[in-house]
Amino acid sequence: MDFSFSPEQDQLRTQARSFLEKRYPLARLAEIATSADGWDRASWPELARLGWTGASISEAQGGAGLSFVEEGIVFEELGRALYAGPYFSTVALALPALGCAPDLLAKVASGAFTATFASPAANASGAAVDGRRDGDRWLLRGEADLVPDAGLVEAFVVPARGPDGIGLYLAERRDARPLVRVLDTVDATRRLARVTFEDDDARLLAAPPAAAKIIAATRRRALAALALEAVGVASRALALGVEHAKSREQFGRPIGAYQAVSHKLADTYVETELARSLAYWAAWCIAEDDGEAELAASAAKAYAAEAAVAACERAIQVHGGMGFTWDHPLHRYYKRALWIESFDRSGAAHRADIAQAILGG
Amino acid sequence: MDLRDGPEEAAFRRTLRAWLEAKVPAGLRGFRGWSGPAALALGRDWSKRLAEAGYAGLTWPKEYGGAGRPWRYQALYLEELARAEAPQHLGVIGLGMAGPTIIAHGRPDQKARYLAKILSAEEIWCQGFSEPGSGSDLASVRTRVELVGDHFVVNGQKVWSSYAHIADRCILLGRSATTDEKHEGLTYLIVDMKSPGVEVRPLRQITGEAEFNEIFFTDVEVPKANLLGEVGGGWRVAMTTLSHERGTFGFALAGALDVAVRKLVALARERAGADALVRDRVAREWIDLQALRYTNYRALARLERTGVPGPEGSVAKLRWSEANQRLTKLAIEIIGREAQVADGDGAPAYWRHQQLRSRGNTIEAGTSEILRNIIAERVLGLPRSR
Repeated sequence: MDFSFSPEQDQLRTQARSFLEKRYPLARLAEIATSADGWDRASWPELARLGWTGASISEAQGGAGLSFVEEGIVFEELGRALYAGPYFSTVALALPALGCAPDLLAKVASGAFTATFASPAANASGAAVDGRRDGDRWLLRGEADLVPDAGLVEAFVVPARGPDGIGLYLAERRDARPLVRVLDTVDATRRLARVTFEDDDARLLAAPPAAAKIIAATRRRALAALALEAVGVASRALALGVEHAKSREQFGRPIGAYQAVSHKLADTYVETELARSLAYWAAWCIAEDDGEAELAASAAKAYAAEAAVAACERAIQVHGGMGFTWDHPLHRYYKRALWIESFDRSGAAHRADIAQAILGG
Repeated sequence: MDLRDGPEEAAFRRTLRAWLEAKVPAGLRGFRGWSGPAALALGRDWSKRLAEAGYAGLTWPKEYGGAGRPWRYQALYLEELARAEAPQHLGVIGLGMAGPTIIAHGRPDQKARYLAKILSAEEIWCQGFSEPGSGSDLASVRTRVELVGDHFVVNGQKVWSSYAHIADRCILLGRSATTDEKHEGLTYLIVDMKSPGVEVRPLRQITGEAEFNEIFFTDVEVPKANLLGEVGGGWRVAMTTLSHERGTFGFALAGALDVAVRKLVALARERAGADALVRDRVAREWIDLQALRYTNYRALARLERTGVPGPEGSVAKLRWSEANQRLTKLAIEIIGREAQVADGDGAPAYWRHQQLRSRGNTIEAGTSEILRNIIAERVLGLPRSR
């Protein structure tokens, strides 16, 4: 029983934090969020060089041969820095399916390949994407809505309905196909898009029933990754609130001396720590393929997303009018927290799953 | 990072679990408090058995009769006790507060005199810190401690003392000098509760029971040999007592919450299985329990590495108390009007009692307001509010 990070893992965190703080100071957030892509593309080869894109890819395939615990450290730090780029999409959403295509893993590790998960699960129509065989290739037809980072990546992992059920396919982006329409979303640092397949070329990564297992694993990874990001977001919002409460004076005292202010921040600290405990638990369960991984990921995502939203809301309140302005960076953290809360269902939906597991019925 | 028990931990847990299954007396399963003389006799006997089996003073050094084990074994012990719904050793104040304080600050003769009897439950201890005028502001205590010849004379009143009605000894913090800096001039004594001039009056609480007491000290003579630390150096000694209260306290709380959540789940299954709002709230409590549990494991790792309890202890106490209040209220909501019925052994009487008792949780052992101050000032570094 040892719930602590190793010296190497602590070092990874220190390295990640110092790299991201230098590279993405708060002052740069607005510039990146309002840029055409919403991503500083030049950062990607650096992330790869740091070993982050291939953290859990085996050394034989050019990765670092580490586990989801190390990836989790990176997710948390990226959330803390509000990194904009397809790390979540590639490493949390696409990587489990890309494991079926070893040739691509080396490219992910080297930073030469990015991907996202284009699932029709969020479609209002509920319609699926269909896969049709065409010689030794497959053709995809249909639509996937609200796909993260779709405008940034080289390829899409697509759960599509083939002759034997749902399989996982890989559609690489060539000549502006499939069609990607990036939506105007609240969080400009992680944009969503509608992806339309019109007999677009794809390769089969996993046929049913193996695909179902990969989809479930992807979902667990995504939820845990978002919980970790949420912890990063919450702790940065807390730090900003504390900093302001120490320096801003009213009635002759720093406002942090007033308990109406300090107790709000104490509550944020408590919730952030509890979210952190749940998120690390989930990360460990996923790294070890533990039997509790699914429940842990659900619990961590439900709790951490709500904690991050509340942390940002309290930090905005502590900042007073300044916290409500476009120029202050807090709203960008807030919008990421709201993004996390909305992705792959809200806390209430996860609690319903947990209730199902513990209460049955 | 490994959340599984290691081989030695697993063996300890297995042995303890089997031992508990065989040894917990029927009358003590689902334990609710040491009230009544019959329960008390059972409690002393139970504590003695725990000590004989080597489960008292798990983290105490071997030279003082402890097991000299790392903190994690105390955590395992508390988890298994909760799982079996077995009561703790009757001498929790002695084991968790007085004993470690004597080990840290006591003279060899004091260690020889007191420690073994704490372990064996031959002597039960209570704590004389809070006063009617000094609750959260502990350094403002006014109980007078005067050195007269070869003994101290104690005059004053203490309050909220658990176990005082059955205790043999009391750790007492009193004022020996009036100083500008109120943390100075405090003196820490070991008081024999059988001394002339000590009077214990039980305090009836909103549950109708009396777990706490007032203690009145009228010209109580305490031998000079019962001084712990220096005259005027009592604050430092008291801080040792309070930091030990937070050591693995979180595990006892998570253990209690684990039992409560298990019972809540059973209640909801039986009476409100399909109600979506109830299901959501039960799931919330389950998540909070896991959050508390894993926060404890993080705190444990830090405690073992640094030897000092971190701020997570305050986090655990704060969240546990609020969770227990929410959870018990949810239970009586599920039960409905029947929860008004106070007698009987069934679920309604159990939850009614638990719900009323839970109102004390955010007050005892550090109010939620004080805990938030501690977090704000000591963890976040915010300016003092006073």
